[in-house]
Amino acid sequence: MISSVSTASLPMIPVPAMSDAVFALTLVLLLLAPLAIAGVALINTGLGRSRSAAQALLGNVTLIAVAAIAFAVVGASFAGTLGTAQASIHAAGKTWGVLGLGPFLLHGLDAATPQAQLALLFEFLGIAMAAMIPWGSGADRLRLPGGCAVTAVLAAIVFPLVAHWIWGGGFLAQLGANFGLGAGFLDAGGAATVHLLGGISALAVVWIAGPRRGKFPREGLSTALPGHNAVYVLFGCLLALVGWLAWNAAGAVIWLHAPLAALPGTAINTLLSAAAALVTSFSVTRIRFGKPDASLCANGWLAGLVTSTACAALATPLESIFAGVVAGILTPLLVELLEIALSIDDPSGAIIVHGASGLWGLVAAGIFSWQAGQLTAQLVGIAALLGVILPLVYLLFALLNRVVAFRVDPDGERIGMDLHELGGGAYPEFVIHRDESYR
Amino acid sequence: MKYAGLLVMPAGFLLTLTALVLFTDSTERLAFVVCGLAVVAMGLVVAVRGHMPARGATRP
Repeated sequence: MISSVSTASLPMIPVPAMSDAVFALTLVLLLLAPLAIAGVALINTGLGRSRSAAQALLGNVTLIAVAAIAFAVVGASFAGTLGTAQASIHAAGKTWGVLGLGPFLLHGLDAATPQAQLALLFEFLGIAMAAMIPWGSGADRLRLPGGCAVTAVLAAIVFPLVAHWIWGGGFLAQLGANFGLGAGFLDAGGAATVHLLGGISALAVVWIAGPRRGKFPREGLSTALPGHNAVYVLFGCLLALVGWLAWNAAGAVIWLHAPLAALPGTAINTLLSAAAALVTSFSVTRIRFGKPDASLCANGWLAGLVTSTACAALATPLESIFAGVVAGILTPLLVELLEIALSIDDPSGAIIVHGASGLWGLVAAGIFSWQAGQLTAQLVGIAALLGVILPLVYLLFALLNRVVAFRVDPDGERIGMDLHELGGGAYPEFVIHRDESYR
Repeated sequence: MKYAGLLVMPAGFLLTLTALVLFTDSTERLAFVVCGLAVVAMGLVVAVRGHMPARGATRP
């Protein structure tokens, strides 16, 4: 069936010219979008333990730096945002774009169109966000060098591969042109490229690093290791909202070529999705535990925002509320399932919040877009990420773990990542008590 | 077992691609793509089961 593997020019997709006003507005939106990253960093830190707080937040900043450099040096080339060539497979009479072959080191950035420059900036923010997701899941036992190594692999290889498939004219973007499946795989805000990929990476990291010491004792149920600062977590939720409003609006302009008149609706849908998810998570945890759970409510809020990245630009307000309600119901239940039934220790809940909610958002986008074949295109994209990227990420991380150990030694985990890796704690005035939960 | 699950997952993805090439009817395509996704999900379940610590095993 496969006739040849070759390099070819990207198929020409008609892109409407961008006016100066639209360029300026989109740039401003993209400069506000890092608030979403700041919010997630605060949430990750607050959901970890106090003895690892400084290492967690320093890790978030460091990972953004590593991701930006790795993506600039190598990743942007494979994403193919600035170039017009790609490695493709010719099979069944179609061209399947697999990998971008743009210039390395961002060569040609000055000469790129305004649209391409904004797309590249969006991708930089996307990989910064994606890199922080596995870091949150590996909290309290993932070493900083291990986190940096994971991020470098994500930014240089995996993220560019997925970004090319979806945003760079690859085979998922071409599903509409090649097979008449709606407008091809739609991912305006990065639900797949950023959040589902981040969730998949988080799962692989957690599998390889294993659970925190004392989390799953030999007898009995799993031990609750609650986050150390609910204020960080909830303030992170507020900060994330501001960033997400800008992120989704910018994504709608860049990837869907939405008119400016559509942006208020996109922002309203983002807010409605998060609001519906929070109210539902609040109700579910109130019913399940007798009182609402702050961290699960925060997870619900974030799950609603993640869901909105896929469908806010495509759905009506009522549909956005429905998408948020489903995310809000699923999140606390799946977080509990993951911990109690599947023995997966995910302190930040990122596998569910980013992975499962991103996946649901992509399905919802397929349902709500009302185009013939759009749901099929979304399902093919999900199958590509779960069926190809998860095994690939697991393999790469397993090999990487042999070179740079992900997990800290037991003594380091006992005294905390702050003292072990940084030599000082985040809260030096506080007395750190012996952990009584170890059995 | 975990590696078996991870190997099954790409097979599910290839099934979804096969559906696009073999079928032209949208309902048949969607049904076959859903079947491919089910295979991916089956592989994921096997991989998750393979990573679950055995009951009574030494844990960190």
